[in-house]
Amino acid sequence: MGKVKPGPLARRPDNSAFKQQRLPAWSPMLTANSVLPFFYFMALICMLLGVWLLLTVQSTEELKLDYTEAGTCNLCFEKRNVSNAAQPCICTAVFNIKKAFKGDVFFYYGLINFHQNLRRYMDSRDDAQMVGRKNNLKSPSSYCMPFDKDKNGVPIAPCGAVANSIFNDSFTLSYMTSSGSVRVPLLRKGISWYTDKNIKYRNPSTENMTLPQVFEGTAPPLYWQKPVYDLDPLDKNNNGFINDDLIVWMREAAFPNFKKLYGVLHRANKPFMNGLPAGNYSVEISYNFPVQYFRGRKEVVLTTLTWFGGQNHFLPIAYLVTSCLILLIAILLTVFWFKFGKNGQNMEE
Amino acid sequence: MFRKRPPPEEERKVRANDREYNEKFQYASNCIMTSKYNIVTFLPVNLFEQFQEVANTYFLFLLILQLIPQISSLSWFTTIVPLALVLSITAVKDATDDYFRHKSDSQVNNRQSQVLIRGSLQNEKWMNVRVGDIIKLENNQFVAADLLLLSSSEPHGLCYIETAELDGESNMKVRQSVSVTSELGDQNNLASFDGEVVCEPPNNKLDRFCGTLYWRDKKYTLSNQNMLLRGCVLRNTEACYGLVIFAGPDTKLMQNSGRTKFKRTSIDRLMNTLVLWIFGFLVCMGVILAVGNAVWEREVGFLFQSYLPWDPPVDNFLFSAFLSFWSYVIILNTVVPISLYVSVEVIRLGHSYFINWDQQMFCSQCNTPAEARTTTLNEELGQVEYIFSDKTGTLTQNIMSFNKCSINGQTYGEGSDPLGPQPKRLDFTPFNPLADPDFCFYDDTLLEAVKVGDTHTHKFFRLLSLCHTVMSEEKSEGALLYKAQSPDEGALVTAARNFGFVFRSRTPGTITTTEMGRSVTYTLLAILDFNNIRKRMSVIVRNPEGRICLYCKGADTVLLERLHPCNQELMNITSDHLNEYAADGLRTLALAYRDLSEDEWEAWSERHRSAAKAASCREDRLAAAYEQIEQDMVLLGATAIEDKLQEGVPETIAVLSLANIKIWVLTGDKQETAVNIGYSCKMLTDDMTEVFIISGHTVQSVRQELRRARDRMIEMSRTRDGKEEGVEGCFMGNGFREGQGDSRGGEKQLQCPPPPPPSNLMDNISGEFALVINGHSLAHALEADMETEFVSTACACKAVICCRVTPLQKAQVVEMIKKHKKAVTLAIGDGANDVSMIKSAHIGVGISGQEGIQAVLASDYSFSQFRFLQRLLLVHGRWSYLRMCRFLCYFFYKNFAFTMVHFWFGFYCGFSAQTVYDQYFITLYNIVYTSLPVLAMGIFDQDVPDQRSLEYPKLYEPGQLNLLFNKREFFICIAQGIYTSVVLFFVPCAILSDATQSTGVPLADYQTFAVTTATALVIVVSVQIALDTGFWTVINHVFVWGSLGLYFSIMLALQSQTLFGIFPNQFHFVGSAQSTLLQPVVWLTIALATAICIVPVLAFRFLKVDLKPQLSDTVRYTQLVRQKKRKPAGRSVGGAWRGVGSVSEGRLGARGSSRRSGYAFAHTEGFGELITSGKNMRLSSLAMATFASRHSSSWIDTLRRKKHSHTNTPPSASGESSPAPSCVSGSIPPLSNSSSVLCGSQDAPIEEETGAAPDTQTASSSSTQNPPAPAPASEAADGSAQTLNAGVLTPAALRSQGGDSPGGWTISLGAVQEALLRWKGRASASNSPVKLAE
Repeated sequence: MGKVKPGPLARRPDNSAFKQQRLPAWSPMLTANSVLPFFYFMALICMLLGVWLLLTVQSTEELKLDYTEAGTCNLCFEKRNVSNAAQPCICTAVFNIKKAFKGDVFFYYGLINFHQNLRRYMDSRDDAQMVGRKNNLKSPSSYCMPFDKDKNGVPIAPCGAVANSIFNDSFTLSYMTSSGSVRVPLLRKGISWYTDKNIKYRNPSTENMTLPQVFEGTAPPLYWQKPVYDLDPLDKNNNGFINDDLIVWMREAAFPNFKKLYGVLHRANKPFMNGLPAGNYSVEISYNFPVQYFRGRKEVVLTTLTWFGGQNHFLPIAYLVTSCLILLIAILLTVFWFKFGKNGQNMEE
Repeated sequence: MFRKRPPPEEERKVRANDREYNEKFQYASNCIMTSKYNIVTFLPVNLFEQFQEVANTYFLFLLILQLIPQISSLSWFTTIVPLALVLSITAVKDATDDYFRHKSDSQVNNRQSQVLIRGSLQNEKWMNVRVGDIIKLENNQFVAADLLLLSSSEPHGLCYIETAELDGESNMKVRQSVSVTSELGDQNNLASFDGEVVCEPPNNKLDRFCGTLYWRDKKYTLSNQNMLLRGCVLRNTEACYGLVIFAGPDTKLMQNSGRTKFKRTSIDRLMNTLVLWIFGFLVCMGVILAVGNAVWEREVGFLFQSYLPWDPPVDNFLFSAFLSFWSYVIILNTVVPISLYVSVEVIRLGHSYFINWDQQMFCSQCNTPAEARTTTLNEELGQVEYIFSDKTGTLTQNIMSFNKCSINGQTYGEGSDPLGPQPKRLDFTPFNPLADPDFCFYDDTLLEAVKVGDTHTHKFFRLLSLCHTVMSEEKSEGALLYKAQSPDEGALVTAARNFGFVFRSRTPGTITTTEMGRSVTYTLLAILDFNNIRKRMSVIVRNPEGRICLYCKGADTVLLERLHPCNQELMNITSDHLNEYAADGLRTLALAYRDLSEDEWEAWSERHRSAAKAASCREDRLAAAYEQIEQDMVLLGATAIEDKLQEGVPETIAVLSLANIKIWVLTGDKQETAVNIGYSCKMLTDDMTEVFIISGHTVQSVRQELRRARDRMIEMSRTRDGKEEGVEGCFMGNGFREGQGDSRGGEKQLQCPPPPPPSNLMDNISGEFALVINGHSLAHALEADMETEFVSTACACKAVICCRVTPLQKAQVVEMIKKHKKAVTLAIGDGANDVSMIKSAHIGVGISGQEGIQAVLASDYSFSQFRFLQRLLLVHGRWSYLRMCRFLCYFFYKNFAFTMVHFWFGFYCGFSAQTVYDQYFITLYNIVYTSLPVLAMGIFDQDVPDQRSLEYPKLYEPGQLNLLFNKREFFICIAQGIYTSVVLFFVPCAILSDATQSTGVPLADYQTFAVTTATALVIVVSVQIALDTGFWTVINHVFVWGSLGLYFSIMLALQSQTLFGIFPNQFHFVGSAQSTLLQPVVWLTIALATAICIVPVLAFRFLKVDLKPQLSDTVRYTQLVRQKKRKPAGRSVGGAWRGVGSVSEGRLGARGSSRRSGYAFAHTEGFGELITSGKNMRLSSLAMATFASRHSSSWIDTLRRKKHSHTNTPPSASGESSPAPSCVSGSIPPLSNSSSVLCGSQDAPIEEETGAAPDTQTASSSSTQNPPAPAPASEAADGSAQTLNAGVLTPAALRSQGGDSPGGWTISLGAVQEALLRWKGRASASNSPVKLAE
């Protein structure tokens, strides 16, 4: 544009395809030739996917056990209802697996009607504290209020409503054979996202200090029985903010009913080399988490996985239904087209 | 601008050459300022203005809300980033606009003018010109301010101006200075001029001025005749001096050009309404969710308090609900994103650039591209229903060309064979060295006839060379320049010139021509001037052989009645020719002559003289005298002049009316001219059922005529309908049937109510009617109670022509249609008289490239050819409308789809105003992820190629009917958006709540859900834009794919380790995208959601195209088929149609039988007198005249002396008052008619004398003019006196007086009077120089 052309056409606009709006272009049109085959094709694809997914899902097993008031947990449920929450309570629930769970078996705990997705609840955390910032350790973000400091003004670590409300039931799964009960080994590590475990949650740098020393001057969250540096007595490296259970809990659920991974079946020894054999099982629960306040339920979920995850009947069915609908539409369109608009007869005027 | 104005002026006092005195009054200076800001005020003023926009204030309010922590559901930057972006883009745009205004202001303000300061001329910028200054203007200069004309280089203080800028009238006007000042002559005298003018305060009345000049204890009345207004151009006048009365903003031009109204498009207004609705909707959503929150907090949240206690200020659920309401207002505000407004602006800007860039709207003759001067109206160009067009300069070029003629029953001119080869343009130069090289004529038989010496042909052209009021100027031998007061006459005289009858020069008493190379001087005995009633003019001349002849030209209707009976046969042939010409839209004149014997002449001359002297009924008696002599004439032939239309006008009008656009011509021209142009540009055709002419002078008669026209229309259409009922059924307005095939006729019939109710009767007029209405009738028709009547009648007509319309009426007509029809109007014009209309119409278009720029400055679009209008409307306007509609539909859709997900999520998250997406996604969604594809569509989309939309003007109709974006379409978009949001929320919700990763980790966490939904959303809206985009250019591809790519890369970047490491609390989504997007379930979810969202839309669209295709679909389809048929050459179709506009030679072969004739007189009467009085004769031309006729060699001496004295102008003693007897020789021609423009009443001090003046030809001097005194210097007195006398060719008489000229020239009033008396005495004594009485 900067060039000044001489002559009478000096102000003549450039004859470029762009300026003259003559850019080469593809102008598609919704003609029967393209739309109808597309619809059939879509229907077919969805159908195939749906069938495939359905077959895959059929091969998975899932078991859900609501233990809120199940078995002996009845007592604990009552106990948690009153204010003596600190007292430990252990109960057992039994269940039966009719068909063996083949392959990896995943053990989840589930909560019903627990709103981890409330805005103020979700905001009530300090990621800077959890990533090990010293400043935030001692002076947590105001978003944590009222769970930022205890009654004495000591900063809480980890602060906030999310950490405070951590699910603190623990489970021991046993396989009851005729020869007595065998404890089902559960791997309690590697149950969180890689990024969470390695990036998002970090303990404050220790500099030769032990974890308790690092956390000195902080208080555990109000509802916690143990301090954060003592969450896993068995593994020193699973304490502090990088504790797997904490990390799992801190990844808030999107919906009020959710399950979170508790452990994975350790398939090292018999009889669990191929998964969980059929039979009777009992789960011993250290019943700490009160749900009656908010009319919630607690459950245990056992499931096997396929390539696309756990048992999920909705997905294949949704695909099948969609495929049927598309097919229906496609047929209707074809009929309409055949009857009224064939060969673009409406186009010819 | 912000200067405190003194109380409104009661009257204005201006003293010449006295700046100090004038400064007391604080008159506005000549500096004009149209800009709004300067560097300091820009930011505050601009921000203030921007926050006056409701939308911006709303977002500011949101921003404040977001700063309250209890409410803030979104970070403040989600609002401030887009807001800042919008504000800065608008600010930049405003700044650029203002910069250009500054530039154009300073360009105007810095124009140079010569100001007389302390006795010498100094170049000053316009802006430094003050009230009271005396400035000098030269030929062809613009007048810098409103001036009182003091003196000019022309005799009698006359000067000519062109006022096209001001009132659009293209003929020249004469202004004359007050005699006392005109005598001042040049700067030396003017420097000491200290007259004081007391006049009316600044106003906008262009044709009125009243004031008084006080000078030397005398009062002189001033009128508009003495004023030169800013915006006029000085013509045919070497120089003149003027006293600045009004400057800058006080000038009539600026007072007339009021503030530009801010124009909004109808889409804008609709958009604003919709945005208000959406706000209402937003509030409703907020209320629903707040109620939900109240219930939830009471039922659930209350119990959940141990885990999440209520905030300290929240002590109950109701307050929580209140806060939640505001939180949701913040979250859901994205249904009306800020980017909507800025995107609309960007798209319009893009369209404007396309208009500016369009080569096919570039006029190479005047090197002017089209220009979109406002960027806010583009889409309205696609909705125009009414076009109001000016005529002169817009439809026509205002160039007359001699096109055809009929001589003695033989027609000459272009061959009527349109298929034949283009005839060769005649070359006149070998035959006639004096020929005008620009003259075009194609028929060589005429030239042959001239060469052979055919007497009739010779007479014909002799008549043309003699019978006119043209002035000539011959700067050098052969370089003739004609100054015609009307272009028709110029064309005729030029034609005669080229055919060997060259009009060389004239004096008040002679006409000198060169006939076939031989110089001939005719004695001009009388000019029987033109007027509207006579519709003809004649001259009576005596040729060198002494024979007296009357030559007459005039409208055939009047002329043919006055022929000698023996002409009957020729008359029939000629009138056939006339009809033929008229049918071609040519302006015709019939020519006739009559030989007069000396006795006849004597007798008539006597009678005429007495008529002219008559005190009462002078006009009538003169007319009767004229009537008497213009009898028994011999018909010579007829001429046909083409009022050259702009290129491609008939085609453009045809195309536009096919597009169902009604075209009204509003012109200041006379009815006949206007009708003629109506025919020639095919607005009116002979096929029309009827053309109604409304020309009543009273309210009653206008009403009656309108009613009659309407009744007639109804009656006619009834009879027509009766006939056509079976075939076509009923129809939907004019022109609808033409484009639609018969296949739709049946449908239409069904839709039509069987008996049309009377109120709708007028909408259902069939048949083609046209209405021509006169200015004075229009004034009545525009009265409040007549308006509806006029509108209903006029709108039923296919074409409406309003003639003799004032600028104000033009605007009124436009306003009326705007008021009654709710239609989009477009006004197109080129002159300042069109400004009001251009401003009041929805869209104003200015024709640029002509000299005037007023119209262009007031316009929204400008280009230089009327024919570009079809491209502007049918291509650019249509595209703009289409694009804007598609853009808006998509935009509302995508934001509802985006935002409503939050609403559904509310039911799951306890109505806690938790967002579904990451806050960055919310911030960037509208401005980054989805903006570019829709912008690309909004800027580049084309449904059909440009040449198709010109080929099928019916494609324009959806815009007029507002079909593409209206409330219904809006609701469809909203519904689609909400449907999409439902799918986007519930499908992931249902799938993910149960799903796990392949590592067993559940996918039901919030961040995964957020990422999945966001990704699905971006993909769905991208697919949707892909569906909406009808024209995939590279840019669209880049933008669509680029946006998707951008989405993923930005998301990955925002959720990267690095950012999290720096701001852990701001970027807590770290890693979510990576882990989520690796999951097949997530992709299956997205695919499913996309399919469910898109399939119904696709099916619906397919059905629409297949079953009920729009015309555009059809055109597109045929295009597609065509392309397939010849794949490789597919794109070359474009060039074929490009030049429709240039095919202007398509004369209609069919000739109507109706007899109408336009007669080629555009001028006003009075010029004949001006000529015979010699007042407008320029010295040089007089000299040339004598030179050419070689009457007296002494004239050369006189001329030399004159020139000599001019160059050595000695300063004059201003105080000296001496009589100037020599200047008033007896040969001064007396003034004639009082109707002459020259005879104002400005010479108040001079006594009126009647009857004593010597008689030349036409008249007695009812009001005597002061002696002509143009010569500025004392020593030039004798020379100039002689020169003046030379005008009447009495060297002897002159010589006798030449000696006693005194030195002083500045004449006091007393002296003038004295001189006058003396002059009269002498004049009566001396013989009349022309010796008419002999």
